[in-house]
Amino acid sequence: MFTNAGTSSFTTFLSRAAPEMLPGRRPLPPGMAADLAPHATTIVAISAAGGVVMAGDRRATMGNLIAQRDIEKVHPADAYSLVGIAGTAGIGIELMRLFQVELEHYEKIEGAMLSLDGKANRLASMIRGNLGAAMQGLAVIPLFAGFDLAASDPARAGRIFSFDVTGGPYEETGYDAIGSGSIFARSALKKRFRAGLSIDDAARLAVEALYDAADDDTATGGPDLTRRIYPVVMTATAEGTHRLTDAETAAVAEAVVAGRMENPGG
Amino acid sequence: MAMQFYASPEQIMRDRSELARKGIARGRSAVVLSYSGGVLFVAENLSSTLHKVSEIYDRIGFAAVGRYNEFENLRRAGVRMADLNGLSYDRRDVTGLALANAYAQTLGAIFTEQSKPFEVEICVAEVGATPQDDALYRLTYDGSVNDEPGRMAMGGQADAIAGSLKSQHRPDMSLGEAVRLALAALSSVGGEGGAARTIAANQLEVAVLDRRRVGRTFRRITGAALTTLLDADADTDATNGSTSTEERPEHPATPTEEAKKPTTSAGSADLEGQQADDTPEA
Repeated sequence: MFTNAGTSSFTTFLSRAAPEMLPGRRPLPPGMAADLAPHATTIVAISAAGGVVMAGDRRATMGNLIAQRDIEKVHPADAYSLVGIAGTAGIGIELMRLFQVELEHYEKIEGAMLSLDGKANRLASMIRGNLGAAMQGLAVIPLFAGFDLAASDPARAGRIFSFDVTGGPYEETGYDAIGSGSIFARSALKKRFRAGLSIDDAARLAVEALYDAADDDTATGGPDLTRRIYPVVMTATAEGTHRLTDAETAAVAEAVVAGRMENPGG
Repeated sequence: MAMQFYASPEQIMRDRSELARKGIARGRSAVVLSYSGGVLFVAENLSSTLHKVSEIYDRIGFAAVGRYNEFENLRRAGVRMADLNGLSYDRRDVTGLALANAYAQTLGAIFTEQSKPFEVEICVAEVGATPQDDALYRLTYDGSVNDEPGRMAMGGQADAIAGSLKSQHRPDMSLGEAVRLALAALSSVGGEGGAARTIAANQLEVAVLDRRRVGRTFRRITGAALTTLLDADADTDATNGSTSTEERPEHPATPTEEAKKPTTSAGSADLEGQQADDTPEA
């Protein structure tokens, strides 16, 4: 099973060795299943000078209920890329773990990292594999962003890819958002985004956009000052991926909330 | 019809062992040892891309000598098994012992069932919280497993190298001391008339499992970082291993005149160092 010359792709290996572990391979009973499982909501990504910033709110919802207040939806995919998950939380987390293993596996087998476009294409094919479940309401839509080590201009090395339920991927210019609050987040970013933002400014802008999403979308959680639950903010730069510490995100979120005390519209 | 000659099982096993041992002893050696900051792998390797030392999982590394195609196959199998178990359970549930057992089963089956055994010897190393917790498993061509006491040598004149390692190795060595000891041990054999010889930095493949890191601990040490470590005057700390990760020396794989080693084919690792043919087997 393990010793076939085989491929460098972990999902291809799994499809032969343990197909039941692939999210898209399970037979599903007919009917809509959209309200059965918690949904993860809004993720934003912004490209900045020398990298990219991705942030996600902390709320998961199930119908009109809040399923979890402190879910983490933005994760490092590997040393230089980030992935955020919106949609059915359970399948999304499984898909993201599989994607992380996929990238690490290729790197170990081949001794070299996949290109950023190669990573996005792998993720697209994994989303496509989930199409059957997506049509029954268990859709998962990721947002993928990373630092492109092969970019000729380091200032433009931060790249963002979005996907639809049938795969994709679509490269986005500047910024993008996914999830239930993405319309509001994207509208906010449209007015405020400037090319060549610093990483710190982009992090602040991401939290502002999430605040705007939470303002108008009940499924998106804003900064929770009483419980000290703040958005997850991660960066991917030439130094690799980095998650802002709780103290750093608290400072950004408190500054955003303080600003909204003066001007609720931002 | 061809005449069937009887060969006793004893004779068959002896012949296969001899084939494997000769193949392994022809190649260049590799050394694995514990030091204060982790586990160090040093292999003599003229190629900068056909690795003898690689990463399997977070805290598990792999070193091998012998035929490249055979141990590369085992390495891939190990990565697949580790990644599958890590995904099914948790990253902490992937252990060196499980991997060593799987390799032992595979090698044992190949040795008894196939007409030609694998001409490889491999080391599965797992870095622990202290040098005493490190585990080094030696797996030989017939599937036997040995738990080695903090240091081991494989391939080429492994016995002679192991002898010089044993007398000087301490688990509390610094990285610099450990690299220099490994180099001294590797170069203590193979010269004219069994004398010591010089091995250049660009003929060494060096990597560590860094004890203090979380997550993936495997790091290659190449280029300037390696040269600094080999310089006996500058005793540097283990962190140097992570500063330069991927850079290689400018002329990575120039074979020396006396080595007479083909470097073009991935399958040619078993032809390495043919001048060692007349030396006693490891």
